[in-house]
Parts: sequence; structure tokens; C-alpha cells
Amino acid sequence: MSDDLLLSARHVRKEFGGLVAVQDVDFEVPRGSITALIGPNGAGKTTFFNMLTGAYKPTSGEIVFDGHEIAGLPQHQITALGIGRTFQNIRLFGTMTSLENTLVGMHCRMHSGVFRSIVRSRLQRREEAEAREKAQALLDYCGLPKRAEDEYARNLAYGDQRRLEVARALATEPKLLLLDEPTAGMNPQETLAFTEFVRKVRDERDLTVLLIEHDMRVVLGVSERVTVLDHGEKIAEGGPTEVTANERVREAYLGTRATG
Amino acid sequence: MRQRLLARIPSRPAMVGLIALFVLYPWFYHHVLPQSSQWVPNTSTAFVIIAFTVMGVGLNVVVGYAGLLDLGYVAFYAGGAYAAGWFASQQFGGGLHSPRSWIFGGTVPKGTLGIHLTPWSVILIAAIFAALLGVVIGLPTLRLRGDYLAIVTLGFGEIIPQFVRNGDHVAGFNLTNGSFGLNGIDGLGFGNSVHSALPFLPSNFVEQVDSTWYYWTACVLLLIAIGTSLLLRDSRLGRAWIAIREDEDAAAAMGIPLMQMKTLAYLIGAFFGGAAGALITLQAGATSPQAFSLQVSIFVLCMVILGGMGNVWGVALGGVVLAYVNYQGLFAAGHTFNSVVGTNIDISEYSYLIYGAAIVTFMLFRPEGLLPSARRRHELHEEEELDELIEAQPA
Repeated sequence: MSDDLLLSARHVRKEFGGLVAVQDVDFEVPRGSITALIGPNGAGKTTFFNMLTGAYKPTSGEIVFDGHEIAGLPQHQITALGIGRTFQNIRLFGTMTSLENTLVGMHCRMHSGVFRSIVRSRLQRREEAEAREKAQALLDYCGLPKRAEDEYARNLAYGDQRRLEVARALATEPKLLLLDEPTAGMNPQETLAFTEFVRKVRDERDLTVLLIEHDMRVVLGVSERVTVLDHGEKIAEGGPTEVTANERVREAYLGTRATG
Repeated sequence: MRQRLLARIPSRPAMVGLIALFVLYPWFYHHVLPQSSQWVPNTSTAFVIIAFTVMGVGLNVVVGYAGLLDLGYVAFYAGGAYAAGWFASQQFGGGLHSPRSWIFGGTVPKGTLGIHLTPWSVILIAAIFAALLGVVIGLPTLRLRGDYLAIVTLGFGEIIPQFVRNGDHVAGFNLTNGSFGLNGIDGLGFGNSVHSALPFLPSNFVEQVDSTWYYWTACVLLLIAIGTSLLLRDSRLGRAWIAIREDEDAAAAMGIPLMQMKTLAYLIGAFFGGAAGALITLQAGATSPQAFSLQVSIFVLCMVILGGMGNVWGVALGGVVLAYVNYQGLFAAGHTFNSVVGTNIDISEYSYLIYGAAIVTFMLFRPEGLLPSARRRHELHEEEELDELIEAQPA
């Protein structure tokens, strides 16, 4: 495996009973890239995503992330290795504040256990203070207004909730950031601002980004590499313009031309 | 928002005053309150009330923080009670043929059969034993979610007393003394110490001192339980528990090891259940499987619900109120009712009917409990809050 690949999946397959959701997909994410995974509804994108994060265990195949075989590892270990994610349908901790949500993301980077937490050792207090500072900085970085810090996540405006999801994912200190339809429900201006933001995050924080996206404008605007899934199979791969010109991709998205 | 959250937390002087009131209860009982009144619990009853409240606060970590519905909490009470019995009674004395005696700072005379450790260490050992029991029960069950977990814990809550009942012949070894339970368990020995130091004091005064010190011991344990809960809530672990309660899958994706954190919540809940169980057992001097019914689990769970899931002070208050009703208030109410109406109803027979009605009423009209945590209140009254916020907007 070459060193410039952060993630490489080989022959990954997922069956649910008799249904094959993902069929022997090979997939690579170059280090430092912004890669998009697209495909029509039910193409197996989210299933594939869930295998990367450990929510599902692949039926067969291997997934190598940063030199570690991660297929079938529990989710928290994968997160600790450096994969952070957001959710398509926002899944924040509703009755925790924005700051607390972000601190939860730092769980796997902190160490204080029961004893230290109860006696409030100096180490624990320092760790906690540093984490808070870092969380505040992250919220700020992701563009959450200062007053949102102590607000319950469920009370935030929709756009802010999306930002908080990214802040929480960044708090896990990922090497690979997975964004699951991050611009769903955003208007064109917000979408544009978000794509700018994704690029900025990648450049400034030395990340690799993998996103699932429906919106072609986002895909064309931000990604350097696109993989297209349809019915659980990889049907195309390449640069964004190359992929959108592909006949099979057009078919998958628009349907086949009626013949005869 | 922050301001309003803070406003709900009771102020510090009020807290100190309340704690002082509780700590000084024995004095009030002996000098201020009418001792003859049916409504006034004596110091021993007050002890039991506080000890059960400790269990409520312990269970709150499991149910209130981590959102794991545990209907078998009595298992940890049983674990603590029996562990206390094992290390402070004649249970393992070996009988006539092979008498054995291990005494390490116990409050018993030299040569007494059985294992007798210092009662203070017995409480700690019992709590640790219960915590281990929590891990043993937790590892297989905590993979389940929601209702399934509730049902399996319900099962364990029944298994443990059954095991205790039949544990008088575990591979030929009398572990639990069957349905007779353990008797003659050493106490904390406050009275004995006073008596041996100042033998001329009247025995009723010595008894008074004894029960007062038990009560204070329970108060100290309660404060430890409350303090631990509060400190843990505002830490990395507390946040992880609440995240699990809110959305297990999202929590896992954010790097929280679910099994580890859930087992930890169980362990801590069980620790306090065991400690309280041990203390109750040391005071009572005996324990038996009849004490560990499902009703105890429900009773302790009611404390958590009544007080306000997740809010430690609320649960402590709910616990005291409910335990008072259970051990004194209901009895007094029945007595008053009978003497006024002239009937002869044993109202304690209907206690669970009354609790059931109370729980249903609470669930309907005040699901967040007496003193809710801000979070819970928020979850349950989202729409009202929203209205408030809208009203607060400048036009």
C-alpha cells in the first residue's frame, strides 16, 4: 500500500440477509484530498460510510486506515485512530450545551478517570480547563456565535447545528473527516459558504475529507476526486468533470433513455 | 438561558441550612419534636430513611445520568448486605467440629467464631463486592438497550434473592444460610464503646448515642454519594453518560466506549447500593432473602423518578420524602385515619397501590420530578420553553 493513501478499502461487501447493500467495492482516499462519494438514493453510500466508522461490520473485505486494519473494530477505537464523522440527519446531544457537545467529542483524547474526577486532581482540572479552552476555540473556528456556547444544542438554529456537528467531529482530532450530506437543507448561499469552509478546514487543519453528497454543485465545487456508487456497486471514479461526463453516471442519476 | 439555569440551582446558604437541619435531626427529635407523635420518625427510622436515600442517589447515576433503566437494583443491596454479613458474623465459624475464628479489629470478644473485621472496613468491602457484582451483571446485560435491558435487570433482581435463598449448599458449603439469612451480625459498636468507656451512664442514654451515631454515619454516606455524583456529573465521565442517554450511536461515533462507560455507571450505582445495604445490615444485625424483593427495586426507582431523574439534590429529596412515607408517614396516616373514622384498616397493605397512583400522577402532571435537572425539564417541556422564548423576544 502506498503511503499517500489514507484510506483504502478492498472488496468491501455488506449483506443484510439476502440484500447486498454494498458489492465488492474498492475505494481509495488519498491523504490530504477532498473526496466525494455520490450516488442516487439507496446506492449504499451511507452503508459504506457506516462500515468505515465501525457502525456496521463488513460481510467481507478489508478496510485499511492509516496503516491499521479497521474493518469490524468497535466505533470508539476507530474514532480514536482518527476518523471523525457528522450525521446526515443531525444527531447532536440535544440537552447538552454546544460546549458540552464539543467536549464529548474530546472524550477519547482525555484521560481522567473516576478517581481523578472525584478528587479533582490538579491533572484533571488542568485537562478540563484546556479542553474547555480548546472546545471554545473550535466552536469559534466553526463559526458558532459566542452566545451559542452555553445554549442547548437543540435550541440552535439549523445552520448552527450543522456547524456544531462539524465542531464536535473536529474535537475528536480526526485525520479523516467524514461528512454525511453536510449541506442537506441548506440554501445556495449557505451551501457555498459551507464548501468554502470545508476547503479551509482541510487546508488549515491538515485533514483529509470524505463527503457523501447529493448536491452536484457541492461535489463539483469542492471535491478533487469522486466515486459513484449505484446499487451497491462502484460505477465510476475520477475527477468531478470526468465523472459527470460518464454515461453510466448519467444513467444512474437520470435513468436510461427509452429505446425503440 | 444560563441565568435561568443557575436560578434553578438552590442557593448555597439554603443548602448548608438544609444539611444542618438533617445532621441535627437527632437533637430535634430528642429536644424539640413531640416524640409521642406518630408522624415523627425516631432516630433509627430516620437512619433507615437516609440509608435508602443513598440507594436512590446511587441508582440515579445509572438511570438518571446514563439512562439505563435498571429494575434489579435490589441485587446490589443484597450483595452489600450479605458481604457485610460474611465479614462480621459467625456465618463462617465452622460449627462445633471445626471451630474457626478470624478477628481483625472486630467489635466482638476474643474467641468468637467466624470472620470479624472492623465494621468500617466491612462497609467498604461490601461496597466493593457489590460494585464487582455490578460489573458481573453488567457485562452480559448492558449490551441490550432500553426495554430489553429493563427486563433482563428485572430478571437479575429476582435471580439474586433466589440464589441467596438456595445458597446454603453451594458445593457443600453454606454460603448464605438459606432462607434463615445471616443473624448476629456485628454492629458498628458505638454503644459498646461508650458503655465500656463510661460504664456508669444509663443504658437508654447509651442506646440513644448508638442510634444517633448510626444516623450520622448514614448522613455521611449520603453526603459522599451526593458529592461523588455531583463531581462525576461535571467531568469527562458524566458528559459521556449523558451523551449515551441522549443518543447512544452518536456517542459511540464520537469515541465513547459504550460498554466501558455503561459498566462504570453500573459499578458506581452498585457501589452505593452495596454500601447502603451493608450499613442497614450492620444496624439491623441480621439480613435475609425476604428483604430483597422486586418492590425494593421499584421503591428505589420511584425515588429517582419522584425526585427528578438526573438531578442529584432532587433525587436526595425525593428519596427522603418517599422513604419517610414508606417507613413512617403511611403508618401514621393510617393510624390517624383509623382513629378519626373509627375503622381498622391496615394502610401499609395498600402502600404499593398508593405508590403506583403517585407515580402515575407524577408521570402525567410533573414528569420531571420534584426538583428536576434543567436538562430533563427541558426535554419534557420543550414546547412551553419555546413559547417562553418567543414571548421574551422583543416585538
